[in-house]
Amino acid sequence: MTAAVEVLDATPAKAIEGRSPFVLAIRRLRRDKVAMISLGVILLIVLMAIFAPVFASVTGHPPNEQFRDIGLTPDGLPRGPNGTFWLGTDDLGRDILVRIAYGARVSLLVGVIATAITVAIGVVLGLAAGFLGGIVDTVLARLIDVVLSVPFLLVAIALVSVTGPSLTVTVMVIGFFSWASVARIVRGQVLSLREREFVEAARSLGAGDTRIMFVDVLPNVLAPVIVYTTLLIPVVIVTQATLSFLGLGLPPPTADWGGMISSSQNYYTTSWWFILFPGIALLITTLAFNLFGDGVRDAFDPRADRLR
Amino acid sequence: MAVFLLRRLGHGILVLWLITLAVFGLFFVAPSNVAQTLAGRQATPETIALIKHRLGLDLPIWKQYLHFVENAVQGNLGYDYYHQVAVTTIIGQALPVTVSLALGASVLWLLLGVFNGVISAVHPRSLADRGLTLFALFFYSFPSFLLGLLLLYFLYFRLTLAGYTWFPAGGYSPFSQGPVTWLQHMVLPWLALALLLAATYTRLTRGSMLDVLGEDYIRTARSKGIRERRVIVRHGLRSALTPVVTQFGIDLGQLVGGVVVTETVFSLPGLGKTAVTAINQQDLPVIIGIVLFASAAVVVANILVDVVYAVLDPRVRLH
Repeated sequence: MTAAVEVLDATPAKAIEGRSPFVLAIRRLRRDKVAMISLGVILLIVLMAIFAPVFASVTGHPPNEQFRDIGLTPDGLPRGPNGTFWLGTDDLGRDILVRIAYGARVSLLVGVIATAITVAIGVVLGLAAGFLGGIVDTVLARLIDVVLSVPFLLVAIALVSVTGPSLTVTVMVIGFFSWASVARIVRGQVLSLREREFVEAARSLGAGDTRIMFVDVLPNVLAPVIVYTTLLIPVVIVTQATLSFLGLGLPPPTADWGGMISSSQNYYTTSWWFILFPGIALLITTLAFNLFGDGVRDAFDPRADRLR
Repeated sequence: MAVFLLRRLGHGILVLWLITLAVFGLFFVAPSNVAQTLAGRQATPETIALIKHRLGLDLPIWKQYLHFVENAVQGNLGYDYYHQVAVTTIIGQALPVTVSLALGASVLWLLLGVFNGVISAVHPRSLADRGLTLFALFFYSFPSFLLGLLLLYFLYFRLTLAGYTWFPAGGYSPFSQGPVTWLQHMVLPWLALALLLAATYTRLTRGSMLDVLGEDYIRTARSKGIRERRVIVRHGLRSALTPVVTQFGIDLGQLVGGVVVTETVFSLPGLGKTAVTAINQQDLPVIIGIVLFASAAVVVANILVDVVYAVLDPRVRLH
């Protein structure tokens, strides 16, 4: 008996850690080079948004100031990239670089807030529908069907044109029409989870519905929700830019990327930089979020695409 | 099967009815000055009241709604405020444009997506796989208006400057007035839509193909000495396509009301652009008609997808 213990002690084996699936997923994610590079790019964009005023003070060009004398050619056309305006000017003689930096604020803000609202509503309603069942599920399931059947962009445009464009309206419209897909995913998972033994165990310990839903069931649907959330952010950013492009973004003169691209449309024959730089900013942002989201999906989904 | 169909149909009608309620509530509660616009600037209050009366806007909202539902059930979606054209006629004129766009684009993105997905799955982790995945994600990340504008810039503007007037700047030319002009007008919008949507299909085909190629019957087929190409296409792809078909149906249904941006960028007078014009003019009957029509397309597509799914995969039981 003692000998056996000594043998065990003699091997300086690493202690066996219990690692949660979450920790394992984060580990896998950190080994994913593409995902980490994308995360770096995202952080750079965040820094650009935070320090947008620095861009303005270094160049000496406030985002909404129109330099009609030095920022426009004698014909009144935008000026190309030069020593004063590094990325050129727009149709009103404003500095495109500074406006891109300020535009990042809008994209990121809407991307994060609208996604958060969408996921919060979707998770709560999906949990309720899947777990409570009965009449609650019937009503919510039909509601999900309705929201998913409506042509989102059309109704969004119609709504914004009725209420008038603003940041709040954009966020609300996106949140209101996007929660349903989150709710559907969560509901599907919860429908099978609620039959499992751990729910019965919790119930026999005297836990109520609310407690079981949020303390016992919720952690089990977290992985798909995290994956969906990361992939939803770029979709939301594109939606916001699309609304702006259609003239329903933020009221001018606020700088945002979709609006900049929209106003560049009449100048693409003469001023390529006017569409190119805001376009690149938007594309790099969505691409970085998508590549990162792709990595998150591979890291969190233990089954799919392990071959990568 | 019949019971399943009836129940799904019932659900579909319920969903459409709820949508009419929601849309009606949203737009008719909002203040509208259509009568004012129509009457002109110097209109007397009497003229405005008369116009309101003619358009039925002076009735209480629930009466307007009942009136609308009563007509809708008989296939009449009302008349537009400005020219008194039937909304069904307006939809009928716009639909061929949207259908041209959706069908052409869907052929392109299916070919592109499925082909790339199969290549990726047959050589997983290879250079080709990584390259195709990146290619797909790159276009997937494009906002559709940006991709459309870039295509216009390079393939219309630059190419025309260089002396090749292959593609017009936009607009629509009906198929009946010459297939070649029709094609020239449609290629760029098709590309803009297909490149964007192919990504989903590459990923879907790759995933499902990888699953299928790991199945026992694929090993059986190989061990029987069947050529690899045949194993992949006949045995593998055939069952791997089921989720692709499902997604395809859902996407097609949503395209009916979802190509707003592509139609706007390329000035195609389809359902999306017509709806946007109607929204700008507060032409409520047209907005409601198109929203309802597009929703119906989604509902019908979803039911069809379920049926096709059961036909393709005999293991699926409908209930």
